[in-house]
Amino acid sequence: MKIRATKAIIECLLEQGVDSVFGYPGGTILNIYDELYHYQDKIRHYLTAHEQGAAHAADGYARSTGRVGVCFATSGPGATNLTTGIATAYYDSSPVVFITCNVAENFLGKDSFQEVDITGIAMPITKATYLVRDAQTIPDIIREAFAVAATGRPGPVLIDFLKNVTAPSTEIEYTPLPKKEHSKEGRLAAWNKRVGWDIRTPEPNMEDIDKLVSWIDEARQPFLICGGGVVRGRADQEFIEFAEKMDSPVAITLMGGGGFPGSHPLATGMIGMHGSQASNIACDTCDLLIAVGCRFSDRVALDPSRFASQARIVHIDIDRAEIDKNVKTDHHIIGDAKRVLALLNERIGCADRTQWKREVFSHDTHVPVEESDHMTPDQVLRMIYSKVPADAIVATDVGQHQMWSIQHFHFTYPGQLLTSGGFGTMGFGLGAALGAKVGNPDKLVLHMTGDGCFRMNGQEMATESHYDIPVITVIFDNRTLGMVRQWQNLIYGKRFSQTDLNFAPDFVKLAEAYGLKGARVENLAQLEAAMDEALAWGHGYVIDCVIDTDEMVRPMVGGGSAITDFMLT
Amino acid sequence: MKRTISVLVENQAGALNKITGLFSRRAFNIESLAVGVTDDKNISRITIIVDSGNNVVEQVEKQLNKLVDVIKVRTIEENHMIGRELMLIKVSTSTRTRQDIMNVCQIMGGKIADISPTSMTLELSDTTEKLNLFEELLRPFSILEVARTGLVALQKGNSGI
Repeated sequence: MKIRATKAIIECLLEQGVDSVFGYPGGTILNIYDELYHYQDKIRHYLTAHEQGAAHAADGYARSTGRVGVCFATSGPGATNLTTGIATAYYDSSPVVFITCNVAENFLGKDSFQEVDITGIAMPITKATYLVRDAQTIPDIIREAFAVAATGRPGPVLIDFLKNVTAPSTEIEYTPLPKKEHSKEGRLAAWNKRVGWDIRTPEPNMEDIDKLVSWIDEARQPFLICGGGVVRGRADQEFIEFAEKMDSPVAITLMGGGGFPGSHPLATGMIGMHGSQASNIACDTCDLLIAVGCRFSDRVALDPSRFASQARIVHIDIDRAEIDKNVKTDHHIIGDAKRVLALLNERIGCADRTQWKREVFSHDTHVPVEESDHMTPDQVLRMIYSKVPADAIVATDVGQHQMWSIQHFHFTYPGQLLTSGGFGTMGFGLGAALGAKVGNPDKLVLHMTGDGCFRMNGQEMATESHYDIPVITVIFDNRTLGMVRQWQNLIYGKRFSQTDLNFAPDFVKLAEAYGLKGARVENLAQLEAAMDEALAWGHGYVIDCVIDTDEMVRPMVGGGSAITDFMLT
Repeated sequence: MKRTISVLVENQAGALNKITGLFSRRAFNIESLAVGVTDDKNISRITIIVDSGNNVVEQVEKQLNKLVDVIKVRTIEENHMIGRELMLIKVSTSTRTRQDIMNVCQIMGGKIADISPTSMTLELSDTTEKLNLFEELLRPFSILEVARTGLVALQKGNSGI
């Protein structure tokens, strides 16, 4: 049947089960917003304060629900404001479809008002970009875009519609198609016939599986790394079974938080630059290292040439291009973590590695608590953890508070921790928390941040307040850019160049100005009272926790060093 | 070590940009790159010469395979490959040197593409090594300009990529 092109766009979103969109309108995307007006009962649109906030919200929605997030923005500055959000999603493999509009065909390439080549700009930070110049291709391209975003290693995709393509007078032939039929039609069908590019998730090679099974048999001191792929692949149950059968200690990467419960007796904590002593030492002394869904980034494999030097290194990943990219491995299995681990679990027996575990767990899995006369980050986190439900979602920003949060909270399921690991985007947290709350209305959502990060996208308190999306923001307020200051303290001779933030606004007043509540707390009693008030109030709340300026994240290993070469313990 | 990578891509706007963009952002060095449409007008073939270690070539191949517009990628082994490159070379001539230049051209299997009282443009399609030799032989006659297409390659025999 012939329908309006914009109607086809929205219908295609509905085919995908989209119920929430985060975005910001503007000149070129007016036609789509006009169409959205007729669909208010089916798609809820959240108008953010800034396009970056919308991008992070769609990303947070995707990470926490496992479904594809959707974000709208207009051409030019609207589109470029998305870019940090797109890159954040790309580096952490989060499936988001970004929809932008551009000037009409007759203005294209003429440096027209608010014209920018966003498909060109977004090329290195997306799985794919599409410039739609022919309205008839709309259904095919949207179906392809969602499939690309969600399949294999997930990631963001950008579709840029020319304004004339969305003109109210443009009509196209549209045949409704249920999602499961998409792969049989159009471009997706053509892809399924291709050999080289594989839109389907690769099926693991059984010989590769068997080889690993025999290596597991031979191993005396195995060690596992749970990476972000376990989280994205929702393979936590399979991973737990795998670790328990192998009776092997497990470290998580930053992105692996939630893939393996932090409270599990086999958990050694995080690995890498701020990894625990137990994790880093085990990695250095194990004889078989199995990394699942991890890309051996420079924050994990600090010095790739000396990483797990005594071990056979095995890499399980869905993305073939990650194999041997950073660390030279001895064996690999390509496939979805859930599938590969299930196959392995069927084939391995139960082991007992008491001696090896005793050795590993003789080292600290957590930083020992020190007595202090003022409120420490450790105390703040323990207090908050004791007050919130165990399934509370935690969104963080980037820096010291991020490391502390991940070291102290025990994440138990994929999507519980939302953090910008690969790209390290300050200002990610609030938008992500809002998106997560929209996708998980029944869960409590915490936003852990620092005073620096909060000022980057704090204006999203307007969104939080307007739509009444209750999030509890906890600011670790040290009046400095803590992580940078830590490096200046340790590596740059205490020359604190441009890291002093002692000129922040009054965060409580700021929260109140947006219609939220807040409290500034300087000790644990005040913190407890504020948490109680925040939980009882049930709307957006900001807790400004005053901590010492020179608090550090411990342990710490310097970049490029051997993983056991602790600069701080 | 030099490797030849043959890539089939969808022939649409931006596809070449996506490939060259990948090379620059992953810091892969390209020695030469040649593009042209295939017998199927929807598909282009890109032939890329990379001068790097095995690891880099492997990464190039894997990263190319991740691009949505890429249909197939294959590294072609040196001894299973027919590779050709076209060179146009303009040489300054005089009545004294013209015959010598023509001799070189004939020996190498080249053709005279253009001639003027003071210059001659020769063309040669051959392997990269032969083209280099051709240029070497013509150097004493004062080369004015050189244009090369970059190598295009196919596998020997029946096999394709």
